[in-house]
Amino acid sequence: MNTLLVLPIIVPAITGMFALLARSSRGLQRAISVVGATVLLGSGAAVIYQVQAHGILAVQMGDWPAPYGITLVADPLSAGLLAITGFVALAVTVYSLAGIDEMREKYGFHPLFHLLLMGINGAFITGDIFNLYVWYEVLLIASFALLVLGNEEEQLDGAVKYVGINLIASASFLTAIGLLYGLTGTLNMADLAGSMGPVREVGLEPVVAMLFLVGFGIKAALFPLYYWLPASYHTPPAPIAAVFAGLLTKVGIYSILRVFTLLFPEPSGYTQAVLLIVAGATMLLGVFGALVQRHVLRLLAFLVISAMGYVVMGLGFFTTLGLAGAIFYVFQDVPVKTSLFLIGGLMERETGTSQVGRMGGLYEHRPLLATAFIVPAFSLAGFPPFPGFWGKLTLIQAGLAQERWIIVAVALLVGLLTLLVVAQVWGRAFWQSPELEDQEHFGAGDSWGVRTMLQGPVAVLAVALFALGCYAEPLFSFAHEAAVHLTDTGPYIQAVLGG
Amino acid sequence: MEQIIAIVCGAMLAASFYLLMRRSLLRFVIGLILLSNGVNLVIFTMGRLTRAQPPVIPKEAKVPPEPFANPLPQALILTAIVISFGLLAFTLVLVYRYFAAGQSIESDEVHSSEPSETLEVDEAPRRLPA
Repeated sequence: MNTLLVLPIIVPAITGMFALLARSSRGLQRAISVVGATVLLGSGAAVIYQVQAHGILAVQMGDWPAPYGITLVADPLSAGLLAITGFVALAVTVYSLAGIDEMREKYGFHPLFHLLLMGINGAFITGDIFNLYVWYEVLLIASFALLVLGNEEEQLDGAVKYVGINLIASASFLTAIGLLYGLTGTLNMADLAGSMGPVREVGLEPVVAMLFLVGFGIKAALFPLYYWLPASYHTPPAPIAAVFAGLLTKVGIYSILRVFTLLFPEPSGYTQAVLLIVAGATMLLGVFGALVQRHVLRLLAFLVISAMGYVVMGLGFFTTLGLAGAIFYVFQDVPVKTSLFLIGGLMERETGTSQVGRMGGLYEHRPLLATAFIVPAFSLAGFPPFPGFWGKLTLIQAGLAQERWIIVAVALLVGLLTLLVVAQVWGRAFWQSPELEDQEHFGAGDSWGVRTMLQGPVAVLAVALFALGCYAEPLFSFAHEAAVHLTDTGPYIQAVLGG
Repeated sequence: MEQIIAIVCGAMLAASFYLLMRRSLLRFVIGLILLSNGVNLVIFTMGRLTRAQPPVIPKEAKVPPEPFANPLPQALILTAIVISFGLLAFTLVLVYRYFAAGQSIESDEVHSSEPSETLEVDEAPRRLPA
């Protein structure tokens, strides 16, 4: 019995409830939110420590034995994502104290934020495929409410697209679950791994795999299903956009990694070809979109899409090295995307415009912000010594080992184009001298406390990423261990089903 | 029996995809409702269809008499119905709010989050400081 695994779900649930109860007192609600996020980070760290010490952990809810009840499982991949979620959640919570206006706080930003975290953590930790669907709905409804919070026309517009496409994704996912259950009679993922025989016999394996890929691919914003993301992610305030960009697409990509390695471990050439083509197209079109964008958050939204392509590429190789690269890339991409969106919000706030071309002068007036921007931005472009470089290096090594020249060439080209995008932003927003009318925004009366709450989390994320880039060995060996558990699913299945 | 229901499922899904691709957001929402019901029917059929044979275990027996339908898919559907009811209610309100704000439910006019940008040609002469 290991009740520790319940904490990442129950802590945000309790925090959300208390924050809802403390609705009338803004200060109390904020305090609850920060304490909740801190405890969440602590529980994530505890889970990762336990997984390091004892291997894969599993707990049966309500003591129902394994294939019948709902199981929570933490393997290195889940545990790593839980800990990183706790880390960025705390950073975003602190940032939101100053970055979210009072009206949005009054209408329930803090409870919704923690319920969103509950959904995300639940999806990372569950070992039951129908339960995964339920967690998806939990995080979806919380994200819908966060997206429209504030009720601006632009937000409603983005939300119409986001909500519509996500409901279709859920339907596709649910159909796949229904087909799987009808053919195998089980919903437990570890049990499913061993009872996929009937699905293969009737030839439905590629059908189920593609239904899963469509359902998860929409949430992970893969080609050709990503159009909703740049239409909606820039509409809410920066902290909400940051947690969406950092975590929501990663839930989709986590599910793809989990389902494809566990249920379809020996992919047909068809599945593999589809994954690699999707990966290449996602990388290319994401970065092409970013090249022509002028709106800072929309530009970043396109870069979110591009990064997802790298992860799918790692999965598409179906080798331990490819998966290790993919997992490392996911791990470092969460803080990278979160901090980029937080910085994007700060750039808008400091210059009073969201158009990159009209910004300018940030390097001169905000050197700290400029330094904090360099780390995630150049990590995204794959510049050594930032962590993105190590992820891309591993992925490309895995591709070369399999002699898949085309996708490797695409990955390298996309790296170059990403560098171009990032350098453009740097040149326009940071180096270029500002237009005179914008000068007045730089002094805009933020108090010292507000400034600390906004810039502190960004600085912490930047320092953490820089340290990670300089000393990537521990995280890389952890990612490699996670990849070993994905390719050899024996220990996972044994941990869930027992002996 | 399964074949007939399978055809019904197919027809429902086809109708829902047709509606999803219409330009009016209201038709889109109706398409979503049909889609979620169609998917529920698929799951229901995957639990095998038997008539007048409730999966109730008689006294002195350990398992219900064959053939019986699997009751779990029905529990799954119940969960899915509750979830999709909540989500669809939210979607309807969202579309209504959007209509109230923009006075239009034509999907072609849903682009205030992605305004078309005119190319700024006057950016060229501005150089980076040396």
